[in-house]
Amino acid sequence: MAAALAVGAAPAATAPIANPVDAATAGNAAGRITFEGTPPKPAVVRMDSDPNCVRPGATATDETVVVGDGGALQNVFVYVKDGLGGLRFPVPSTPILLDQKGCHYVPHVFGAQVDQSLEIVNSDPTLHNVHAIPAANQEFNMGQPLPGIKHTHQFRTREVMVPFKCDVHPWMRAYVGVLDHPYFAVTAADGSFNLKGLPPGTYTVEAWHETLGAQTQTATIGERETRDITFSFRT
Amino acid sequence: MNRIAGVLLHLFAALVAASTALLIFAGGLVTSTGSGLSVPDWPNTYGWFMLTFPLDKMVGGIFYEHSHRLIATFVGLLIVVLAIWLWRAEPRRWVRRLGYIALAAVITQGILGGITVLWFLPDAISIAHAGLAQLVFCLTVSIALFTSPGWRRAYAREQLPLPGDRTLQTIAALTTASVYAQIMAGATMRHMDAGLAIPDFPLAFGRLVPPFWNAQIALNYAHRVGALLVSALVLAVAGHGLYHHRGRAELRRPSLLLLVLLAVQITLGALTVLSGKHYVINSLHVVTGAMVLGTSLVLTLRAYRPRFRWVGSDPIHGSTQGFDAPRDWGLRHPAAQACAAGTPRRGARA
Repeated sequence: MAAALAVGAAPAATAPIANPVDAATAGNAAGRITFEGTPPKPAVVRMDSDPNCVRPGATATDETVVVGDGGALQNVFVYVKDGLGGLRFPVPSTPILLDQKGCHYVPHVFGAQVDQSLEIVNSDPTLHNVHAIPAANQEFNMGQPLPGIKHTHQFRTREVMVPFKCDVHPWMRAYVGVLDHPYFAVTAADGSFNLKGLPPGTYTVEAWHETLGAQTQTATIGERETRDITFSFRT
Repeated sequence: MNRIAGVLLHLFAALVAASTALLIFAGGLVTSTGSGLSVPDWPNTYGWFMLTFPLDKMVGGIFYEHSHRLIATFVGLLIVVLAIWLWRAEPRRWVRRLGYIALAAVITQGILGGITVLWFLPDAISIAHAGLAQLVFCLTVSIALFTSPGWRRAYAREQLPLPGDRTLQTIAALTTASVYAQIMAGATMRHMDAGLAIPDFPLAFGRLVPPFWNAQIALNYAHRVGALLVSALVLAVAGHGLYHHRGRAELRRPSLLLLVLLAVQITLGALTVLSGKHYVINSLHVVTGAMVLGTSLVLTLRAYRPRFRWVGSDPIHGSTQGFDAPRDWGLRHPAAQACAAGTPRRGARA
């Protein structure tokens, strides 16, 4: 069964906002985030409380601290925390997708802009509840009892981060960073990130991890410059 | 209502009380497993009418939350039947009223349970839900006691009137009130996620008094201090009952049971901390707390039994038995009037 349900009020009808950044002079903030020391061994997640989640022969592991080759730290949310002044950015018309697959949220960490549509889909042959627990935005908890069900939601206020949980499957967690600009990224399996198209200026860049905390750096980016930024986390 | 019907009513009331204890255990499991919001809607379950929700979909946290709702519905129906049964058959007006109060309380409890889900488990509502659950349990225990043959015949005709022991009455009432306050402190601690704010036991961060404080540590420590106070009161009331009333089984038995339950409860409290709040241990701690409260209440009410006056013969237990009412309650019911019209028995109290 496929269903689409809208959650939250429709976006207010406002005049479209043009991108205020001059692409000819824009630069980038790119880099890599690593875990320093011996990474914790990923804990095995027992999913047998729901037989629909168990795949024969497969072992699910905890997604909290995922460290790859060379200490590459995955699932770190990197974003421009300060420095953009009063610039206003258009809201992307493309929705963000949060899937529930194999009784995990995919992606585990992601970003969205204020008022951007977030589509939440259940691709599992079991029930999920989608419970967002924001501090500044509106909390919601909705059921998705059948595969294919989709809900759409927009966050109205900037907030880093908004946790999602499934109370049916308590190991399921996801986090979304809601920002009023497009300068955010999530580290990939190699720990890399890239904040593209930044106007020249001085910025506070923050790297947020769900258990290792947050770190900030100040970076000045010149015209067409790609500034290298690295963060290193430890337990 | 004849004698057999009276016994059946008592047994049914006892079944209701036992079912309520089971419901409290199920509620403890919901909280302990963090499943309170695993069913996001109410009174439906994922859009299904609650009683038609497919069993094969009771997975993960839904198993605990939906089971809790089903048991709650069952207990609610039992209390409806109990209230109707009391209304139709119970001659004592004040006992009938207890049935009505229990019915109102369990309906309120159901609504509180729904509200707390729809409002994402606000602490105040969840704590009120936990507190009212204990009151519903107390009401059902009281009704079971008041309809028991022992209560009706005041335990042994040859002992009438029962000697009133003001010391026992005072300590028992104080103990019951303290146990309830302790349960509320525990509920507050649990719902505010302060159960492991002090991670060690019996010490607090290796000391008798925590070296640093915040709201959660204060809650946790208050529950521990409360446990000491309740333990002292339980020891006092049980010791008093066993020393001064060892010949009266109706006081001796709850006194002994209270001591056993206290030991079990303290052990479960310690294990809750040491196991990192294992959900089964934590839930057993919750329901054993209810047992301590119920036992203390029974002992208290039995200690106060002489304060219930003798107004005539009991239509349930035959004309040779007594009929009780606190002050002048119950006399408007035809059965009670018939009883009151009879010759007052020895030991009648004004």
